[in-house]
Amino acid sequence: MLRWILGGREAQGTVEKSAALFIGEEQPKNCFTEMQVLKGHFDIVRFLVQIDDLRFASAGDDGLVLIWNVETGECLLELRGHTQQITAMTSYTFIRGGNAHTALITASSDRTLSLWDPDSGNRVQNISDLQSSVKCLLVLDRLNVWLSGGNELCVWNRDFELQCKMVHHSDAGISAMVELPKNFIAAAMDKEIVIFKLNMSGSDIAVMAMRHLADHHDTIHSLININDGLFASGSHIGELIIWDSVDWTIQAYELILWEEPAGESQSEVRLTHQKQIERSIQHMSSDGEFIVAAVGSGLYVYNVLMKSVVAYRKMAHDSNVLHTMLQEDGHLMSCSEDGSVRMWELQDLPLPAEPASSGFFGMFGTFGRSSKQSCPPAKKIPEVPGLRSLELTGDLIGHSGAVQMFLSFKEKGLVTCSTDHLLIVWKDGELQSQLRSLAVFQKLEENQEL
Amino acid sequence: MIGSPDVVAFTKEDDFGDSFLDPLSLPEEFSVPLFTHTANANPWTKTSYAKFSKDFILISEFSEQVGPQPLLTIPNDPKVCGTFDLNYFSLRIMSVDYQASFVGHPPGSNYPKLNFVEDSKVVLGDSKEGAFAYVHHLTLYDLEARGFVRPFCMAYISADERKIMQQFQELSSEFSKASEILKSGNRKAFANELEKKLKDLEYTRSVLHKEEEQQKMNNGCYSTQAIEKANELANMEKSIYEHKDLLRQITSYPFRKKRGMDFVQCEADTSVSDDTQKSNDSKTADKTVESESDSRKSSYTPQLIKAKSAKCFDKRLKTLEELCDTSYFHQTLEQLNVIEKSFRGDLCSIYTSQIDRALLSKQRVTSFLFESECDWEDEGTSKNFNITSNNPTIPILNLSGEPLSLDSYTTCIDVDHIKPGVESVEGPPESSTSDITQEASEAADTETKGSLSSDKSIEALGGVSPSSLHYFDGLERKCKVSVASSFENTSHSIAVPRWSSDGNLVPMDAACCIGQDGFVFEEPSPELAEECCGDTVVNQEPLSLFQGDPALQVNYILEESALAESPNTMGLTFSDLNTCVLSEDVAKINIEDASDSTSFMSASTSSDRAVSPFTYGSALTLKQKKKAGHSALRFIRQYPFAQQAIFCLLSGRTLVILGVDEGTVRKLVNALFVFVPNLGKYGETIQPWLTTPFQLTDLQRWKLIGLQRAASPTGSSILHSLNRYSRYIGILDCDNKTLRCPPYRGTLISHLADHRTQIKRGSTYFLHVQGMLTQLTAKAFLYTFCHHIHLPMDINDQGSVTSRRTNFLLQLGYTVEESKIVQYLSELIKQHYIQGSSKWVNQSFCFNYSTSYLYKI
Repeated sequence: MLRWILGGREAQGTVEKSAALFIGEEQPKNCFTEMQVLKGHFDIVRFLVQIDDLRFASAGDDGLVLIWNVETGECLLELRGHTQQITAMTSYTFIRGGNAHTALITASSDRTLSLWDPDSGNRVQNISDLQSSVKCLLVLDRLNVWLSGGNELCVWNRDFELQCKMVHHSDAGISAMVELPKNFIAAAMDKEIVIFKLNMSGSDIAVMAMRHLADHHDTIHSLININDGLFASGSHIGELIIWDSVDWTIQAYELILWEEPAGESQSEVRLTHQKQIERSIQHMSSDGEFIVAAVGSGLYVYNVLMKSVVAYRKMAHDSNVLHTMLQEDGHLMSCSEDGSVRMWELQDLPLPAEPASSGFFGMFGTFGRSSKQSCPPAKKIPEVPGLRSLELTGDLIGHSGAVQMFLSFKEKGLVTCSTDHLLIVWKDGELQSQLRSLAVFQKLEENQEL
Repeated sequence: MIGSPDVVAFTKEDDFGDSFLDPLSLPEEFSVPLFTHTANANPWTKTSYAKFSKDFILISEFSEQVGPQPLLTIPNDPKVCGTFDLNYFSLRIMSVDYQASFVGHPPGSNYPKLNFVEDSKVVLGDSKEGAFAYVHHLTLYDLEARGFVRPFCMAYISADERKIMQQFQELSSEFSKASEILKSGNRKAFANELEKKLKDLEYTRSVLHKEEEQQKMNNGCYSTQAIEKANELANMEKSIYEHKDLLRQITSYPFRKKRGMDFVQCEADTSVSDDTQKSNDSKTADKTVESESDSRKSSYTPQLIKAKSAKCFDKRLKTLEELCDTSYFHQTLEQLNVIEKSFRGDLCSIYTSQIDRALLSKQRVTSFLFESECDWEDEGTSKNFNITSNNPTIPILNLSGEPLSLDSYTTCIDVDHIKPGVESVEGPPESSTSDITQEASEAADTETKGSLSSDKSIEALGGVSPSSLHYFDGLERKCKVSVASSFENTSHSIAVPRWSSDGNLVPMDAACCIGQDGFVFEEPSPELAEECCGDTVVNQEPLSLFQGDPALQVNYILEESALAESPNTMGLTFSDLNTCVLSEDVAKINIEDASDSTSFMSASTSSDRAVSPFTYGSALTLKQKKKAGHSALRFIRQYPFAQQAIFCLLSGRTLVILGVDEGTVRKLVNALFVFVPNLGKYGETIQPWLTTPFQLTDLQRWKLIGLQRAASPTGSSILHSLNRYSRYIGILDCDNKTLRCPPYRGTLISHLADHRTQIKRGSTYFLHVQGMLTQLTAKAFLYTFCHHIHLPMDINDQGSVTSRRTNFLLQLGYTVEESKIVQYLSELIKQHYIQGSSKWVNQSFCFNYSTSYLYKI
């Protein structure tokens, strides 16, 4: 393509994107045929939080929190107050006067925590005397409290009163938290997972560390709940551990080792670059049965119940995958630093021995050929029964920077946020067209022109 | 007279029936009237003996010093006037007894009163000179002039009598605009002058006062000098008071008159209604006389004042530019230039362009796509204004296409928040042209006020059906303008089918239409009318049909069938109403149209009319487009893949023209921009030359981009963005002569852009393209507004909607690619309809995923 523009005559049809895969412009399964670019941020947009069926909030390095209407693309409110980048944002639903209200809690590098009312745009609560900035937030709806994690773990009630605090003297601090049954909390701190217990005695809440799980060998980047009985953690070197939520024992341990290249000369430059990061588990998502993990620039789908790999694609993107999402009927989505969002479908391999995607497996072969001996046997296709393939069904190209995150509003669309300061709402063009038709007829009726 | 109402009514009735028998024939109002074969068969002979080469505008003044004199002509070119004697003609046009009511002492008041005088508009012919003129008289205020007024006139002089007669309404409204600008500037200048004068007077008074004191001191209180001084001082006091009063009058004018409207034009018609109110008191005549005699008295008043400066004795009269503010003066000249430009040419071409505009105004929903953008916003407001002022309304008829009764229809048109205006009354246009004589027009000249007498003079002129013109004293209320037609002597009135709130067409309740059986002789009170209507029709203004009570009703008789059938009318009447069901302001349009159909005869329009759509800046665009037709033709002949490129544009895929040479790229952009839908008034959707990398949002904004290919770092990032967004664009590489875009299969564009086309001229080709695109637009309109294909049968019916849509387009005979074009146009129409033309703020960007191919020469 590029070469063609530059004047090459024979370039038509050649696959320039030799790295991963190139789906081409014909994407019949891709329903996102309409986009709306939302401008408003001045810096990288990192977080998207859904408020209700219509609204979502976006936040990022400019310290701004913007509230949008996903249908119209209208910026409803600008929540200003933070002076530095926002490090965490979550929605907080509480019952007041019989109605459920959704508020937003934001944490920023300026060491403040704020509660915002997305209806009025007011900063309802603000705490500014924190000792360190908060890296993660966890709302425990059941207990009506919420936690902030950083160098210290703080428990707050819904009126923003500090209930208790636990300071850690490690450099890393808490990077992620999940709620476990029986008032336990799992928190990722560097290479360890620490289990905390919340002791509720009347109105007093005390927090204590129960156990340190030190099975990871490198920094934990990702910690998620799978279902009531299991949670999962992923580390920088590709360790994926499934834990039991109740007794905190290891249920499964997977070390994802993409094939190590043995220093092949022709691809050395690119591969040495990827070497350090390619196995890092950046993000995981789960639907209770499957986990999809973003491993370097690849995707890895694991069946928790079967404790087996379902599918994987080493080079799903040109660059690190930053966010993933599992949808129903075997569809998944991923976004990456390469600026694209890709949609995948889990497909059964037609023949056990025959790879469905020649593109990928061809690549697999290229890299694996000279390093077969060093390959973990688990990665070989014929040897894993029930292995399915991840087929690319479409990609969304629009952002000019890394796509940090996306948020799905089901049929209303998909919101992506990116380093290029933009948000894009991707919509089903056919559906939108029908909705517009309805709107036209409604307006005709209002104007009595029918 | 020939056009007596009875005869007209009969013939109209027959013709009315006929017009419905043949729905396929071109609506009358869109047809250009044939040249009337009177005496000479050669249409050009008439103008041959004129002493000037083309139409021009003349401004003259009746100077109190030298008499009538020409001031300036537009265009300001001596060649235009040729040997035509401007002085003589000025004498002719200014010798019309222009009965402006001057400043005078109204009875019961000791102070001069400014009468805000209505302009008069007359037609004047001079067969000897071969000149016919629309003459617009106006007065400007000048403190130093006799009676404070300076009579001026603007004349549109043409050799074609028919042009003047038939474009009377348009001329009148355009000249009224110019006149209003001039007059408001004059009021401002006059107020300034008064203020200055007041200062002078006050200064003089203080000087006199001092002198008087001195006299008293020197000679005692009762010396003759002291008494003289005291008298002088008293006079001075009086004079100051009078000037203050004048100043108050002139400054309060706009506020008094405007009533919340921000445009000067509205001043006129309010003043008219005030005037006519007076006339309803049947005291007009006396009043005029009185004020005239008063004016004579008062005209001496200023001379009695010994002001400090000798300015008031300076008999150098102010020039027109000095009389009104300079900026206003130039604005007026601009307007006059616009008038000159828009009435240039043959009557036939004026008609054609009027028809063009009339048709365009019906396509408001779709015209933004390929037509040159008109200023609909302005249009809209002016139309509002139009309703307020003086337009005869026209019945809105059966939109459902149900058979119509031959009875006359009455309509009620909502005229919200408006005061009633004076209506200019029209006659059947058949009577208009031929029997106008100079005498007749001069008879019309005596017409100066929008009062009842105007109708009579018209009648005298052309045998117009007598119309009664009444005023509705409802300034604070919404006005109900009802039009009742009368056939024979009784009026058969039935209700007009109208849209009810649920969108169906329902006949008005009979309670509203007292004249259902045709005898409307009662004079029910308007309150009753409102009541009964208010009960029956919810969302509509009440319809009042009362023939009586002249003081309360604007109720004039209109031969609507005459309107429909008259060959000269531009109005869009019954049959074509069906076509504009979907347009946004049906009623307004119709009112506007109706106003077009008003007689070109009426010698006196008593107030301003709205902007008739002559002054668009679109003329230039159209010219450019026609030129672009030539480039497009060359492009089509030169590039075999022209069809694919055009497909790109029509289907909304941004086409990037990539090249090293700016000229070449611009040329290609120029060749292709006629195919860009929704071009925008200023071509906003086009970027003819871009040297920086484009962003995603640019693809949404621009549909045709000329892009520089450069070997610089920016060049490579440009190529990067091209590469990245390649799925959203088509790329025409004009250096390598290649095109990369999705394929097109179908016949539509091959008709549009056939490289073997026999069309030679660019403008012809442009018209061809325009015609094809209009067809396409019509299909897109059909597709957009077809109920059954878009509305789901039930809630879980999305899938079937999709298939119905696709099938519909297939049934229209479109291929998949052509369907994409129609769908894209349809989306544009929808967005345009929902959001209105102005707000394209956060518009979605639609695209589709299809493989591109590389086309080479």
